[in-house]
Amino acid sequence: MSRPWWAAPIAVLVAATAAAAQLPTYGVGRAPTSAEIEAWDLTIPFDGAGLPPGSGTAAAGRTIYVERCASCHGEKGDDPKYIRLAGGRGTLATAQPIKTIGSIWPYAPTLWSYIRRAQPVDEPGSLTVDQVYAVTAYLLHLNGILAEDTVLDARTLPQVRMPNRDGFVPDPRPDVSGAARDKAR
Amino acid sequence: MNRRRFLTRGIALSGSLAAGITAPAHAQGPTSDDPSKRLGGPIRLYGERSRFEQSARARSLLTKTDEFGSTLTPLGETLGIITPSSLHFEVNRGGVPDIDPRTHRLLIHGMVGRPVVLTMDDIRRLPSVSRILFLECQGNSMLEWRGPNAKTVQGTHGFTACSEWTGVPLSLLLREIGVQSGAGWIIAESGDAGGTERSIPLAKAMDDVLVAYGQNGEALRPENGYPLRLIVPGWTGNINIKWLRRIKVVDRAYLTRFDTIGQPTLMPDGTARQLQFVIEAKSVITFPSGGQRLSGPGPYEVTGLAWTGRGLVRRVEVSTDGGASWQEATLQAPVLPLAHTRFRFPWRWDGRETVLQSRCTDETGYVQPTLADLVKVRGLNSLYFNNAIQSWKVAADGAVHNVHV
Repeated sequence: MSRPWWAAPIAVLVAATAAAAQLPTYGVGRAPTSAEIEAWDLTIPFDGAGLPPGSGTAAAGRTIYVERCASCHGEKGDDPKYIRLAGGRGTLATAQPIKTIGSIWPYAPTLWSYIRRAQPVDEPGSLTVDQVYAVTAYLLHLNGILAEDTVLDARTLPQVRMPNRDGFVPDPRPDVSGAARDKAR
Repeated sequence: MNRRRFLTRGIALSGSLAAGITAPAHAQGPTSDDPSKRLGGPIRLYGERSRFEQSARARSLLTKTDEFGSTLTPLGETLGIITPSSLHFEVNRGGVPDIDPRTHRLLIHGMVGRPVVLTMDDIRRLPSVSRILFLECQGNSMLEWRGPNAKTVQGTHGFTACSEWTGVPLSLLLREIGVQSGAGWIIAESGDAGGTERSIPLAKAMDDVLVAYGQNGEALRPENGYPLRLIVPGWTGNINIKWLRRIKVVDRAYLTRFDTIGQPTLMPDGTARQLQFVIEAKSVITFPSGGQRLSGPGPYEVTGLAWTGRGLVRRVEVSTDGGASWQEATLQAPVLPLAHTRFRFPWRWDGRETVLQSRCTDETGYVQPTLADLVKVRGLNSLYFNNAIQSWKVAADGAVHNVHV
């Protein structure tokens, strides 16, 4: 029979920071192994920190795209009958904005991160690191952002400047309110 | 014709079971249908509603497949402020995962003193809290910008719901393991195929966020995050990460897919707002609402729901003349912060065509805007965070329609 939580050794209860040490602690849980963290710690931030070793080109990515992606996204990613990934540059301020990787996605590393974690949807997480670099390169190539033979890797991917890099703004709300008469009181 | 078939036909004819519909010949004489004259059914170990009740979620128009789809809460048929778990809207990006709670793990790591893996048993041992909170998807009413689109309040406003959520304060977990100085954000990740990842300010995480396992007195429903989800009170739906498996404490927003292009609120100049969190004050009349029908002139109780991500609903006003005049509705107690608030307003319909509206004021003094107010600033392509006043036209024949005025 295990000990109740309040009987855990004090040494385990003391958290690492002074702020935490002032508060009651329960000592629940266990330390993760480094393998456990590695398996799940996949999210790459906008600046590309933590991109793993590996590489790929658009030329290599084309084959993977045709096999694994085209059924949902169309042959070239720009067909409106499919979920569009390419085209639409310059449409965001028009009456019919077309949102694609090329037109709206602000950072290449988060595209890489999303593909590795959640694509292809019928087998998410099944692409190798090299395949993710290659598919990302092909998608950037389809959008006219990357040459076909450019090697994408942990060093070059964060250097890709997405066309809509500066297109996102902070939330200004409350920006609209109705009848102002209730402001008092 | 038996009673059930009779009622089914009644529904088909009227199109709705909402109050105000009077189906004829309901009187029960001493027939074989008299429940006092025969033995009832057996006990049941997990309850089901009456076979006569048909209220259900509906697929949203945004649904591509049943795995990449969403359903809407039938707000025109729910009562009070609590949404039954079975009718709570859902938005899924890779199907509903089938997670065994005995093997589910929550990893908390990054800029912490002591990284930790928690089992469901670990989490359930910790002090818990229960709070009644609304949850609204930022995409609610997103197809209503250019003109009246959906026919019913389920279609126009069904991406909101309100539940009692039970779980452990995230602040307790973070204090338990210690947060390093310099940390400013957390990244929360879902454990399903969709891989939703959102950046959340650490200040909010330490304030009122819950790591929740309970919904309306029982475990979360699978489509609402079983066995563990984040509840971020007053903030937009997709940040309330379902199937929560990982929280990483970091020093900056990661600007993930779901932080940026996952909710690109496009402005007329082509810029898009990012890291939008709070749900602003909103209300809607649920009766009489689109698709329902008034049976004739006379007294009715207008009722609906109001909510705000900035705290308490202070006031709801109802207009029965298309916005020309407004009168204060009664708020049903208890009025809870960050929860659906039910309002009621007595109305005598004179039988002439008119337009019903509601508008909500929250404790900050913010007043729910008109659609024109919103469009003037945000244009027609911003899609998300549409909290405009909703108009329902009552036609002379009693039919209620979604209109823009």
